[in-house]
Amino acid sequence: MSDKIIVSATINDEPTDMLVSQRDSLLEALRAAAGALGVKEGCNDGNCGACSVMLDGRLVNSCLVMAAEVEGSEITTVEGIADADHLHPLQQAFLEEAALQCGICTPGFLVAAKALLDENPDPSEHEIRYWLAGNLCRCTGYDKIVRAVQQAAAGTT
Amino acid sequence: MVTTEKPDYKVVGTRPIRHDGVDKVIGRAEYGADIRLPGMLPGAVLRSPHAHARILGIDTSRAEAHPGVRAVVTSADFPSRQGEEGEVGRADNVLAHDKVLYVGHAVAAVAAVDLHTAEDALDLIDVQYEVLPHVMDVRDAMLDGAPILDEKLRTANPDGSQGDTPTNVAQHIRYEKGDVEAGFAAADLVIEREYGTTMAHQGYIEPHNSTAYWSKDDEVTIWTSTQGLFAVRDAVAGMLGLPVKSVKVEPVEIGGGFGGKIPDYLSAPAALLSRKTGKPVQLTMSRKDVLEATGPTSGTHLRVKIGAKRDGTFTAMQAWMAYEAGGYPGSPMGAGTMCVFAPYDCENQLIDGYDVILNKPKTAAYRAPGAPASEYGAECVIDELAEALDRDPLELRMQNSATEGTQRADGFTYGPIGHEECLQAAQDSPHYQSELSGANRGRGVASGFWFNIGFETSMAAQVQADGTVPLVMGAVDIGGSRASAAMQLAEALGIAAEDVKPHIVDTDSVGFTFLTGGSRTAFANGWAAYECAMDIRRQLEERAATIWDCAGEDVSYGDDGVIRGPNDEDGAAQEFSFKELAAELPNTGGGIVGRADVSKTSHGPAFATHIVDVEVDPETGKVEILRYTAIQDAGTAIHPSYVEGQMQGGASQGIGMALNEEYIWDEKGRMVNSSLLDYRMPTALDLPMIDTIIVEVPNPGHPYGVRGVGEVPIVPPAPALHAAIYDAIGERMRMLPMSPTRILERTLPDDD
Ligand code: FES
Ligand code: FES
Repeated sequence: MSDKIIVSATINDEPTDMLVSQRDSLLEALRAAAGALGVKEGCNDGNCGACSVMLDGRLVNSCLVMAAEVEGSEITTVEGIADADHLHPLQQAFLEEAALQCGICTPGFLVAAKALLDENPDPSEHEIRYWLAGNLCRCTGYDKIVRAVQQAAAGTT
Repeated sequence: MVTTEKPDYKVVGTRPIRHDGVDKVIGRAEYGADIRLPGMLPGAVLRSPHAHARILGIDTSRAEAHPGVRAVVTSADFPSRQGEEGEVGRADNVLAHDKVLYVGHAVAAVAAVDLHTAEDALDLIDVQYEVLPHVMDVRDAMLDGAPILDEKLRTANPDGSQGDTPTNVAQHIRYEKGDVEAGFAAADLVIEREYGTTMAHQGYIEPHNSTAYWSKDDEVTIWTSTQGLFAVRDAVAGMLGLPVKSVKVEPVEIGGGFGGKIPDYLSAPAALLSRKTGKPVQLTMSRKDVLEATGPTSGTHLRVKIGAKRDGTFTAMQAWMAYEAGGYPGSPMGAGTMCVFAPYDCENQLIDGYDVILNKPKTAAYRAPGAPASEYGAECVIDELAEALDRDPLELRMQNSATEGTQRADGFTYGPIGHEECLQAAQDSPHYQSELSGANRGRGVASGFWFNIGFETSMAAQVQADGTVPLVMGAVDIGGSRASAAMQLAEALGIAAEDVKPHIVDTDSVGFTFLTGGSRTAFANGWAAYECAMDIRRQLEERAATIWDCAGEDVSYGDDGVIRGPNDEDGAAQEFSFKELAAELPNTGGGIVGRADVSKTSHGPAFATHIVDVEVDPETGKVEILRYTAIQDAGTAIHPSYVEGQMQGGASQGIGMALNEEYIWDEKGRMVNSSLLDYRMPTALDLPMIDTIIVEVPNPGHPYGVRGVGEVPIVPPAPALHAAIYDAIGERMRMLPMSPTRILERTLPDDD
């Protein structure tokens, strides 16, 4: 269709060309054009954090970024957190601490928590809660999510 | 954990990593909106801008002519509207027929080449409305002369009779026990108060979605995030006029439900669009749609009256409760009336409940449906009684607590229950034993009750030659039920939880299974897993007898997973481990499948007691939670981490309902806060750690003593917070939510 454009970005270390419409958000593009279905939509207006991804080292809500803006960018989604053989310590900690129930918020929390630990490897409980306040979870009451981040930070997974 | 006494389980009570966990942390788990099918078209739904209007006509021709649009459907496309009365799929609620009854009511649906085109086309559908007066308050809707939503509706009265005039009151229920008048006359103190609660949404993070494919041979396949695969199948078959065998619902992961994903809104329209286009069609809701058009829980208006002797004995309890049903009958009023005084033993009770329709979204189940509102009223009055009688609030509850043998007003008599044990555990907890000091700080406690339920569950488990066991089930896993089923099967077979692989399968591949809700899944799955295991054990005993060439009764399968036979000719013991015998199966007659179809009514009620410390900011009205402890009788905790998780999640939803969450309407009946910014659910920053104490009073009606845990923890938070706020600032907040605005109305000096 005439209004489509190709946007090239590096997604989880893979150079990727995405055919997108000019009004697609990055969230739509990642899910539809890049097949990154681990990136979830909870609100599409920046209020739930389910669509959290790293964009050039910055934590963003992908529903608030236009796909057309990310030409040449580096993007990391939940699919890019683990390496080939091992889960990321946060992923392992989420499993061990039972930090997910339905799991729909989990991809966003993992990306956001990784961004926190990359910046502040030893956060206090308050810092974790403050940082993760942009990610909603309706199932867990956050207790076990906060503990999982603490556990991953302490390197005990 | 507080445990009375428990057998020496090997798997039950441990904390293995859930079987479906890895997929969920690497982003591979497939939720409803992740379904991708060849040729699939996205779609969008047109919704009513009016709270109450008659539909005079719908012209879809401009939308149909729009480039990229593939089909438009309205209620006229339903081949039948048999599903009209159902709670799961009500054709009129799914696509409005002659009237729209709330803002957001679905009117038409469009399938197009992409979502933006479908959304654009909605503006091209011309709907002619005759706008009617609307009614938004439950008390107004009950008045004579209120706008009538359904001219045909008559009140179903407690005596079985029907009212004879048009009304918005769909049902009046009454439960009566003893003589309340005499009970109040015998009281030294009677307290009567009014309370109100507002609509609150389940708030699952995943919006509703459904993908449907209607094939040329009239076979329909559906992929949707639902709490009940079979419930959707039956409702959709009804609405589409198809035999049940022609509708298959495929399992997908579900991103939260809490009762709100029992009703199905999108599957039937998606199927109708698929029939017209010949392609699979996927419909997903926006967050605004979710808030405006899917079931919240009812707002309510309550009056509660309790009488007590000077020594604290309750002499009479009375409640009058009106529940908003939304546009169609069916609020959780029935459960609310049975729950209101359920934690207590009192001779004289009178309970009246009303189910009232009005121009708000049709309510749906929400975690312990009906109970948080009614029990909030009762628990708040009990807190006032404790104060007036100068009694510790836990002790006063203990004195009047229901116990084994107590009969509720609705007639149910309890078996062994754990309310007293919860109260005692609360009394003994480090939290209750601690001192709380400081200005504007306060502590509150409250209890809660929920029934839990049983119903049908089907399962099959096949023993593989390597000793591992795939387990096939039909109950959707909304937060760890694969793990709890696998653990109970493993316990019964004497094998490791990791050797079981639980799978949820489509509605053609397993027997009928009731929905995931009512705190039934760990209980009912557990029963089915246990029965599957017993079936396997019987068959393995027979097989061992064949191998050893001995009588069947000489073989016994031990709980340790060892199959023992008679000594051999040389007098040596003969035995197989589970894995050894599994390895023999292919050459001794083939594989073994254990099956179970259970429908148990031996579920055990759940009780909980919560303790909360708060600090109220008198300048802003904000309530900060300093410390929170949730205590609950789980019967037996199969996987304690997930039991704690349910308690914490339930408490946090209850806290949201108590302090912040509400539907705010403008004068036209439009919700003005339909985003997750303005419909303010608790964030990580709003909550402290939520300490848990699991009490275990085993349910004698379950092989492992399971009661069910999911729902009751949403009940105590509001009354516990009411008591804590009163303790902090001396104000009794009798309207939920106890939001900053409402608190400031009390604490700020009057300007005028
Ligand atoms: S979907 Fe982007 S923040 Fe909710
Ligand atoms: S685990 Fe369900 S929303 Fe977080």
